[in-house]
Amino acid sequence: MTGGEIHDGGADYLLDVRDLKVHFRLPRRNILTPGGTVHAVDGISYRVRRGSTFGIVGESGSGKTTAALAAMRLVPVTGGSIRLDGVEMTTLGGDALREMRRKIQIVFQDPYSSLNPRMRAGAIVREPMDLMEVGDPAERDLRVAELFDRVGLRPEQAALFPHQFSGGQRQRIGVARALATQPELIVCDEPVSALDVAIQAQILNLLRELQEGFGLTYLFISHDLGVVQYICDDIAVMYLGEIVEQSDRVSLFTLPLHPYTWALISAVPSARRRTSGQDGRVRLEGDPPNPIDPPPGCRFAPRCPFAVDRCRSEKPALREVREGHLVSCHLVGDDCVPPHAAMAGAS
Amino acid sequence: MEAAAPLLEVEGLEVEFRTRQGVARVLDGIELSLEPGRTLGIVGESGCGKSITALSIMRLVPVPPGRIGAGAVRLKGEDLLQASEKRMREVRGKDISMIFQEPMTSLNPVYSIGDQIAETVRLHEGLSRRDSLDRAIEMLKAVHIPAAERRVREFPHQMSGGMRQRVMIAMALACQPSVLIADEPTTALDVTVQAQVFDLLKELQEKTGTAIILISHDMGAIAEMADRVMVMYAGRIVEEAATDEILESPRHPYTRGLIACVPHMEEEPPPERGALTEIPGVVPALTDLGSGCSFAPRCDHATDLCRSRAPQPFAVDADHRAACWLYGEAGTA
Repeated sequence: MTGGEIHDGGADYLLDVRDLKVHFRLPRRNILTPGGTVHAVDGISYRVRRGSTFGIVGESGSGKTTAALAAMRLVPVTGGSIRLDGVEMTTLGGDALREMRRKIQIVFQDPYSSLNPRMRAGAIVREPMDLMEVGDPAERDLRVAELFDRVGLRPEQAALFPHQFSGGQRQRIGVARALATQPELIVCDEPVSALDVAIQAQILNLLRELQEGFGLTYLFISHDLGVVQYICDDIAVMYLGEIVEQSDRVSLFTLPLHPYTWALISAVPSARRRTSGQDGRVRLEGDPPNPIDPPPGCRFAPRCPFAVDRCRSEKPALREVREGHLVSCHLVGDDCVPPHAAMAGAS
Repeated sequence: MEAAAPLLEVEGLEVEFRTRQGVARVLDGIELSLEPGRTLGIVGESGCGKSITALSIMRLVPVPPGRIGAGAVRLKGEDLLQASEKRMREVRGKDISMIFQEPMTSLNPVYSIGDQIAETVRLHEGLSRRDSLDRAIEMLKAVHIPAAERRVREFPHQMSGGMRQRVMIAMALACQPSVLIADEPTTALDVTVQAQVFDLLKELQEKTGTAIILISHDMGAIAEMADRVMVMYAGRIVEEAATDEILESPRHPYTRGLIACVPHMEEEPPPERGALTEIPGVVPALTDLGSGCSFAPRCDHATDLCRSRAPQPFAVDADHRAACWLYGEAGTA
């Protein structure tokens, strides 16, 4: 079924996204002013190794969810390439696209609004198998029972409606549904942020267990750096539609190079920092600017405490400064010393 | 700080709600005391009673179906539970004010933010229209809203989430209340904006000496802001101590679970990751809490005693109490 297209390098990448762009046209407000364009995702490239978890972090409006939805072709792609298992997704249509979508499923943020309240839990989990015609109808009920067991629900609960479950259990239904078509890639869009803290741990543990059991690959979207650090192997930080830094999990947190990454990390309230009495942190002024009219040059420059003239006029490229560690900032030298080194060193 | 008299004291507060499933005891024996200039954190999962505690202090619990069964809420010695409705209208917004989680839904979309801030001042301090608008501008400046003279005429939808929460804070502090209750004030905000709001609250607290009750589900947020922490579970206080003490040596099994189950961001993450600690099960329904400890069904240490009798708060250290049979015996404390 795969087109037998080229893989590059030795590593096995399940998802390969190149220069992806998603722009939304805004309707014009009146006849004289032209409508703007939202540059929700503006030329991002990343690759996800098979069996790993790739995280995209960012604040609201950074484009992280749009980037994930685009990988599933759930939003119109403006430009660039998305290869899933070697197959170019952006040009697929009709049955071929449906067939590929079997390999890619999604778990949504809010288990209260993402499950149909009028369907029984079993039918919710069975639906993707019916739609994709997975196995014969008799097998599907068996598989539903198996999936319920796998995600920590009792098979007899398949007869209940969503409102009869707690939030954590509902998210388990969402996970079971995502697993139904035996996908290879699961997009997890903030899968635990609507859950109580004690329940988050249950779902995160479940996701890791399933990854090991089925060899799943996750594309994990989150704003919670604690969760991302725990669950992701590789992480991309997005700001206003662009990736500003990308690295493996250890390197990103140990040596954050982009001033935005550093600010994001230092803004997380932490019990540990309090007890060790350190406060080498920076505060960003203002809110993220509007993705309709992104500033020229570096998009972070208006909020960056280190910005110089060059940052405001010339756009920095995302480049590899250490093995596997990419950053787009003029101020990070080839010696890997970030602009905030002096301030961070104090802590 | 030792000698400071309590500004707000809650004693033996009990609140019940009549529901179709029976009577739910949503608060059971809540005690707290707050001193000027201090911050008390209340932490717990949804349904543990933290927001109802706040609403009871403001006497905003809907009656019926709610009922404040017993207890006292004393503000500078005056029992608010006995006060008239007229008196409560004076207290709310003037002595005690509150900010909520979602600033968009707590601001009125059809009035300018200036009008909304000014209304509070006009009602409580009897200022004229012009003076109250001047106060609104002054407050917007205090919460660091740029171009306050212009923005005072803007409407909530013209502002970002962080900006709206600043407006809420400006409104809440306009009459210089002695107590500010902040119910999940940053949950709907991005982390960088959350950090700004926390800094702002701390700065204003230092200037005005307002005491803050911060309600949150996030131990990190509590650690950042609070001097003392109260951990609530199923309508009761299960542990209470100074923030550092709770973080360094949590005693109640629930508090320990709550701290351990969150993936904490490390500055140097270890390459290997184990499974996260889970608190098994879910929060019990408040309508059928038995006579035992309400956490017992989810607790690793539960004994027959736990299942039959609810523990009272035991002193586990100076100024540190935990309601758990691990730290006391029946008949003591």
